[in-house]
Amino acid sequence: MHQILSRETIGPDVCRYVVEAPEIARRRKPGQFVIVRICEGGERIPLTIADADPQAGTITLIVQTVGKSTLQMSRMGPGDLLADVAGPLGRPTHIGNFGTVVCVAGGIGAAPLFPIVQALHLAGSRIVTLLCARNADLLIMEEDLKAVSDELIVMTDDGSRGIRGLSTDGIRMLVDRGLAIDHVFAIGPPVMMKFVCKLTGELGIPTTVSLNPIMIDGTGMCGGCRVTVGDATKFACVDGPEFDGLQVDFDELIRRLGAYKDREKEALEHFRSDCRLGQ
Amino acid sequence: MDAKERLAIPPQPMPEQSPHERIGNQREVPQGYGPEAAMKEACRCVRCKRPFCTEGCPVGIDIPGFLEAVEKGDFALGIRIIKRRNVLPAVCGRVCPQEAQCQLGCTVGKFHHDPTKSVGIGKIERFLADWERATGKVEMPTKAAPTGRKIAVVGSGPAGLTVAGDMIVLGHSVTVFEALHKPGGVLVYGIPEFRLPKEIVSREAENLKALGVEFRLSTVVGRTYPMEEVLEDFDAVFIGSGAGLPKFMGVPGENLLGVFSANEYLTRANLMRAFDFPANDTPIFRGRKVITVGGGNVAMDCARTALRMGAGRSLIVYRRSETELPARIEEVHHAKEEGVEFHLLQAPLELIGDERGWVSGMKIEKMGLGEPDSSGRRRPIPIKGSEFVEETDSVLVAIGNSPNPLIPSSYPAVETNRWGGIVANEATGQTSVRGVFAGGDIVLGAATVILAMGQGRIAARAMHAYLLTGRWDDLEQAVSAQGGMQ
Repeated sequence: MHQILSRETIGPDVCRYVVEAPEIARRRKPGQFVIVRICEGGERIPLTIADADPQAGTITLIVQTVGKSTLQMSRMGPGDLLADVAGPLGRPTHIGNFGTVVCVAGGIGAAPLFPIVQALHLAGSRIVTLLCARNADLLIMEEDLKAVSDELIVMTDDGSRGIRGLSTDGIRMLVDRGLAIDHVFAIGPPVMMKFVCKLTGELGIPTTVSLNPIMIDGTGMCGGCRVTVGDATKFACVDGPEFDGLQVDFDELIRRLGAYKDREKEALEHFRSDCRLGQ
Repeated sequence: MDAKERLAIPPQPMPEQSPHERIGNQREVPQGYGPEAAMKEACRCVRCKRPFCTEGCPVGIDIPGFLEAVEKGDFALGIRIIKRRNVLPAVCGRVCPQEAQCQLGCTVGKFHHDPTKSVGIGKIERFLADWERATGKVEMPTKAAPTGRKIAVVGSGPAGLTVAGDMIVLGHSVTVFEALHKPGGVLVYGIPEFRLPKEIVSREAENLKALGVEFRLSTVVGRTYPMEEVLEDFDAVFIGSGAGLPKFMGVPGENLLGVFSANEYLTRANLMRAFDFPANDTPIFRGRKVITVGGGNVAMDCARTALRMGAGRSLIVYRRSETELPARIEEVHHAKEEGVEFHLLQAPLELIGDERGWVSGMKIEKMGLGEPDSSGRRRPIPIKGSEFVEETDSVLVAIGNSPNPLIPSSYPAVETNRWGGIVANEATGQTSVRGVFAGGDIVLGAATVILAMGQGRIAARAMHAYLLTGRWDDLEQAVSAQGGMQ
């Protein structure tokens, strides 16, 4: 059992949790994730580790409410217990001084991107962060990312904050500005990563993405998280979650993410009606 | 009773849920012997001078011994005899391939020229374990005085549970690390409820806890806890992390929606109890016409689970013929009774998808049988021009598993073979690293519960000798010097 120490709403349907998990806090590295099971009968959901405090023995999870489990979690608070938190899983990010790095965060993607930016920054890379969201309300972790970036540019699709435009517009803008980009890290909705990679592929810029497909065990056992990378099938849980974005078959990833859409809706409705009954 | 009278007793049938009834529930299919049937079945044993049954048992249970106890109605003695060699009798009585092991050499079966008429050793073993559990007084083995030594067991499947059970009794302190949230490994995520009720597995784990074994669940050795640190904190380690990496066919279309590894499908159904969705959160895809590829026990489990998930048709596509099916005879029999269709001598060539990316058909090629291959089974040979398309809305790939890569990849010090399995000494379970032992599917590749237990037993014995003597390079001699271990 893992106690939730704090919960804070940081955006519409987005919460930041600090959870007691001393062993994970001590060993996690940027790019890794945990599998959380909220309660008995709960599903196993992969959540990226946004931050950790090894001294305090805590990890930070930033979770967007998208289905039954995340909704249930959003109703939990300090003192509540998560049944299981297993991890840290996945291969850590390869960190180094990559020269000039553009880090693209799309919406909730800012959470998994933050520890990577932090580590790249420490390793001496020069970092320009593009913090992108559909609108101003959906921007998260701006201050955290600003502190570890050489430059942070805020962009929204509707122009409600920062520069109006998509993440790809941001990359083009930087290139037009004469920035010689050595590497791009992009984490966000699969559609965003797809178009970022399409552009960086054309520009010939190596690009790393972090994928969050459907998975159960997170240890290589189920194969539910398989993705096509180049000519090969890879398991995101043990071979990833980070991959060469220029090689990822995003259309397949997007299709596979929708595999249980109807069932997920059903579970959510079931949970909501149960909650009403309980009131 | 003389041998002639014994041979005249017909095999005692075990009551089963009818096929029609059972595909509508998750309950166990064979319902077990009552005391009378068990005693009568035990009478069929002719007490051969040379017990071929015991020789065929990977853990060497004194089978004539426990059969005699059952015949006399001394069930407590019967289960005690089994437990000298086997810590998981309720499991093994259900899932061991007895027809290929203890019951294979049985004189009674040979006399009748019919291996299915061998003494029902597995059924009686199951009876004894169930009888003991039902009495509520599970007899605990006596523990030796504490040795002060600490061992770690990585993985709580059949190999790991065996090592834990043996080592705790020998007086060592035992901690079992399990990556998933329940103990049991393949016994909980792989084997379905209708073949092995999960209640039984959790009771076995509870018994080990009562003996003092500590379980640390949701703890991934190699990630949460690196092997290097495990070795610092414990005097010896047993790796039994299993063959949990599903193989795929490598045909086009395998990543279409509706195509699942057997592991994923069975884990959803068994570990996550998706059959009770949405009361449990994890969903499972309920196909209408499900094709399972493969011919082993796991394939049978998939095809039969699909029926219980409401499939109108459940097909097995297997590239060899019925004789080569690796599954237990009983599983094939039960699958057929339940209406699973066996499409033999057929091999998938390609999976075809619809416009939304869901699987809609399987292109299949028919096969003939050629000369025996390296496995001793006749090699399937494609028949040119025989391709056709079978419509389907879900495909379950049950063609085997490779050793789980988590530990080998995070701990390169331990030597592996070209299939990614850990190399271990057959006689001792020793790996290339001092103090580290391994056994079960991480060494064997996907095999059986009882073989894993057999390896666990061998490793436990060697580990015990290692902890007492500190010898490593000549550990095999140290083990034999110590003599047999009960």
